[in-house]
Amino acid sequence: MNKRFFLIAIPVVAALYGLDYFLNEYINEYVVRVIMNCGIACILSMSLNLVNGCAGQFSLGHAGFMAVGAYVAATLTTVFPAGPSFQSHLGVGMAILSGGIAAGLAGYLVGLPSLRLRGDYLAIVTLGFGEIIRIVILNIEAVGGPRGLPGIPRLSSFFWIYVWAAITGLVLFRIIRSSVGRALLSLREDEIAAESMGINTAKYKVQAFVISSFFAGIAGGLFAHYQGFVDPSSFSFNRSVEVVIMVVMGGMGSISGSVIGAIIVTVLPEFLRFLDKFRMVVFPLILIILMLLRPMGLLGHKEIWQLFRFKRSLKKAVA
Amino acid sequence: MFSIFFRPCGFLALSLTVLLTGCIKKNAGDQTEAANRTELLFGEYGSMTGPESTFGISTHKGIIMAVEEANSTGGVKGKKIRVISYDDQGRPDEAVTTVTKLITQDRVSLILGEVASSRSIAAGAIAQQYKIPMISPSSTNPKVTEIGEYIFRVCFIDPFQGSVMAKFAMESLKYKTAAILRDVKADYSVGLANFFASDFTKRGGTVVADLSYSNGDVDFKAQLTAIKGKKPEVLFIPGYYTEVGLIAKQAKEMNYKGVLLGGDGWDSEKLTEIGGDAIVGGYFSNHYSHEDKNPVVQNFVTRYKSKFGEVPNGLAAMGYDAAIVAIDAAKRSADLSSKGLRDAIANTKNFQGVTGIITINDERNAIKPAVVLKVAGNNLYQYVTTINP
Repeated sequence: MNKRFFLIAIPVVAALYGLDYFLNEYINEYVVRVIMNCGIACILSMSLNLVNGCAGQFSLGHAGFMAVGAYVAATLTTVFPAGPSFQSHLGVGMAILSGGIAAGLAGYLVGLPSLRLRGDYLAIVTLGFGEIIRIVILNIEAVGGPRGLPGIPRLSSFFWIYVWAAITGLVLFRIIRSSVGRALLSLREDEIAAESMGINTAKYKVQAFVISSFFAGIAGGLFAHYQGFVDPSSFSFNRSVEVVIMVVMGGMGSISGSVIGAIIVTVLPEFLRFLDKFRMVVFPLILIILMLLRPMGLLGHKEIWQLFRFKRSLKKAVA
Repeated sequence: MFSIFFRPCGFLALSLTVLLTGCIKKNAGDQTEAANRTELLFGEYGSMTGPESTFGISTHKGIIMAVEEANSTGGVKGKKIRVISYDDQGRPDEAVTTVTKLITQDRVSLILGEVASSRSIAAGAIAQQYKIPMISPSSTNPKVTEIGEYIFRVCFIDPFQGSVMAKFAMESLKYKTAAILRDVKADYSVGLANFFASDFTKRGGTVVADLSYSNGDVDFKAQLTAIKGKKPEVLFIPGYYTEVGLIAKQAKEMNYKGVLLGGDGWDSEKLTEIGGDAIVGGYFSNHYSHEDKNPVVQNFVTRYKSKFGEVPNGLAAMGYDAAIVAIDAAKRSADLSSKGLRDAIANTKNFQGVTGIITINDERNAIKPAVVLKVAGNNLYQYVTTINP
């Protein structure tokens, strides 16, 4: 927490707060909703990128962790509110944080045994986990079972969603730039080589997995408190796949790529609404074309400013 | 440092301005605009794609037909009605987004939807927030209309079917003793069972046994033995078709002779597939039957057939009813403001719909008749009678 951090963080928070006010006062709610959807999708895709992109593991259970976060947070504010104070911004913030921690714990429990598996096997285990979570929730009467949990205080604003998105981005950047991040990269490139270099692969994988599921839980809590209603069908396998699409489209291992992927996957279907029933035919078609043209994802392994810098140095070299 | 930072910023700001000019907020409560428009806008959201797409498509056809018929006879107050419909893929979060879009961007006067209660509950909160009336054609969960004074439905709520079957057993079948076998894990089943028990007793019958099972059970012999010992004339099983089928089979194996009764949870082609001929002869309540001899129903079936080339199912009939209730309310309302429409819908009394005569009560639920169907054979259901509330 040096001076530079605050020099950037304070204006960013102030700007988000100002933007929150501006959006609520002057912009159509539907557009604001789509922007908020983007924020939640960004948190999900960035966090999944740590596991799928940076560490090269294939997880398909992100919706499961999101569900844990959403239900834990919603239960705290709706089913067992610890007094009316829990319905305030601070209370909801605490609830969302608890949701994230619960999801992180779930990530630890799932990750510990299953991260010894590789590739396809891990995908199946995480997929199974996501389904188990969904079915468990489906059978818990206290949170509404299949009927869902209505009446959640709608307190996640644009400000809170984007503050969390900024925190997610910051944390993930710092991790990738650290020794942990380099260990994860080596895992992705060649697990056996990494192990022979003395890297505790299981430890790093579990670490990445826990952090990733923590943020998925946060996204879930934010989602629940802005939707005002959660039900198990919102956390089906489809949502996990959607997040994987965002990551793969943006570029594996590129945090800014995940953000771009998340925005495209969220906004594009809204623009295609005029196509009516054919929307869900055209949207995948666009995805297919995109992946054929850029199989490494939009940004590949690079971050967006790396692309810009590259062009600039190219210009200099030409001049 | 600054140039690196500001160049993308400038670009971003420019693109944002371009984007946002299209979406500057107009005051959402501005009703004069809606009143001055040359057409009346209805919004519809439903599952046109996804696992429950048949629900959304059937309902949509019913709504479209109702609106076209109204427009061909001059519309409402000289205005044509236009329906803007969006697909929610059967997802509650998409339902919320689409309803937000309908209200804040398309600025519809009224919303029709959804079939599934979970999506009606999720999106109903938005309609209530903006005070735009919403009519659900077929969400039966009591929680839907509890959201607030702008949310209505044109179907009866789940527990009502319990009363219907009690009345049917007493008055049409003339039986005096009944047993209940309820699914304790499902709100739906418990609600039906409670209403059946209280109504049956109130009308002078006796409930000799009231036993329970849980969704997913496969062996019901213990409960059935206890029930058989009490010799009830009818057995009311307000469960879903899978368990009902198994119960019917096992009851027949044990040579139980009473009549089986149930609710619309029986309504599936799987019922006779699982229950075989053991379930034949049972009766269950439902929203609508295309075999109903009532000329209103037959007229509707003919018109629907000539338009879409298929027999309308219950969801299409209820979609149609939701739309005509809305149109009727628009005709009666003082102005076409959302408040005016809301009050007019709330005042719907003895309105002739396809699925019966509809009255909206103080809880914004429809008071209307139910039909009783008899299981006549493999996936064959016969219309028996209509029971008024």
